Amino acid sequence: MSGQNGPVLRVENICKELGGKQILNRVSFSVNKGELLVLVGPSGGGKSTLLQCINFLIPPDSGRVWLDGSEIKIGKKQDLYSFRRQVGMIFQDFNLFDHLNALENVSIALRKVKKWKRDDARERAMAELARVGLADKANLYPAELSGGQKQRVSIARALAMDPKVMLLDEPTSALDPELIGEVLSVIRDLAKGGMTMVMATHQIAFSRSLADGVLFMEDGEIVEQGPIGELLSADAQTRTRAFSAKLNELYEENGS
Amino acid sequence: MTEPSFYLDQLIPALNRGLVVSLLLIAPAGSCGLILGIIVGSVRAVGGPVARRLADWYAGIFRGTPLVVQLFVLYFGLPNVGLYLEPYTAAVVGFILCSGAYHSEYIRGGLLSIKRGQRLAAQALGFSSFKTMLWIMIPQAARRALPGCGNEIIYLIKYSSLAYIITCIELTGEGKIIATKYFRFTEVFLVVGLYYLLLVTLATIGLGKLEKKLYIPGFGGARR
Repeated sequence: MSGQNGPVLRVENICKELGGKQILNRVSFSVNKGELLVLVGPSGGGKSTLLQCINFLIPPDSGRVWLDGSEIKIGKKQDLYSFRRQVGMIFQDFNLFDHLNALENVSIALRKVKKWKRDDARERAMAELARVGLADKANLYPAELSGGQKQRVSIARALAMDPKVMLLDEPTSALDPELIGEVLSVIRDLAKGGMTMVMATHQIAFSRSLADGVLFMEDGEIVEQGPIGELLSADAQTRTRAFSAKLNELYEENGS
Repeated sequence: MTEPSFYLDQLIPALNRGLVVSLLLIAPAGSCGLILGIIVGSVRAVGGPVARRLADWYAGIFRGTPLVVQLFVLYFGLPNVGLYLEPYTAAVVGFILCSGAYHSEYIRGGLLSIKRGQRLAAQALGFSSFKTMLWIMIPQAARRALPGCGNEIIYLIKYSSLAYIITCIELTGEGKIIATKYFRFTEVFLVVGLYYLLLVTLATIGLGKLEKKLYIPGFGGARR
């Protein structure tokens, strides 16, 4: 099961009902080491809920999750915490800790969760900030950073934990258009460096150039999945293609 | 000739003695009350249903009854069930319980004002619920609650004067004894008032400094 080329992350039959509405309906997929999987589809389709169900920030009603071939049992708290340490999460609205500066945002989990010494944690945090190009902002607080910088700090924070897989929940959706590029370029470097990622996004062009596979989600179900080139090819009669055409129209209207 | 000697020989030494007792009441009551308030406030904001209800009841009772009544129960009531407290102990316990109830309300408000994403981010990094509270939620809530908690400490300085009613003779108690003995209520209580004004002024300055020290961009409040 957990062979060299087996999936890093596998989820099976995730179901979630909220307020009498089926948000996720038996969602299954897997992602292999070094792959970037993009999750696309209309808002309200369940993308965020799915990502948050994978690391049990929202407990799914049913379904199973495997990391590196071993199934996660959420009954044992320590197992759950250890699993979450290995899964990096990037949120749409960054969720940096407001009372900590950039450096402390990155180092606090190393110190308090992984119990590293202060100096070691600091050194690692500086290295991660440098990796996202923010070494000179280490002492600034979230309120003093731009949206793009905040999202890069949050990526550094996740990377410092040495995650086996990263879940990115529309990492650029809350950003002004001119700040999207700096975040996407960090994600591009990660993808090229072999980081395994599942990313909900509306950035079709970016996905087309980098993603290995697409999951198209609508009404809580994965309605299409496959290599991105196939689903977006000019003669493909797919929901993915229709949706991205609609997005393109929208951007052109707004862009002109 | 009696005029200077009344102040210097009678009043000031007595009030200074009382001041020491007052400080010995305020310091533990203020610090332990704040800690109790943080714990109770956290339970009230994010605790399980049973713990939350108990904490709500505690806060409701201690915010809903006069402090004097609470002190009477502690000092005169508890002996009925075989528990005898020294006047000083009864006063400190009473102040801690009362102060904690008020602090819990400010802390609860501070916690409820923190965005849900802060907790999600901590949990996603592998923080346990307790560590999330300790390292993420409470440091933020405490900053938001600081003006309210500071206000409560200033109240405490003044309501510590109620200790003399259960025979713990502090600043007000010493003043009352001197005033009754010499029948000079106006002068004595004017001076007593000045002592409290001085204490509150010092506390206000200290709290202002603390607020500056804890200042973080984006949290409003004090400026650098």
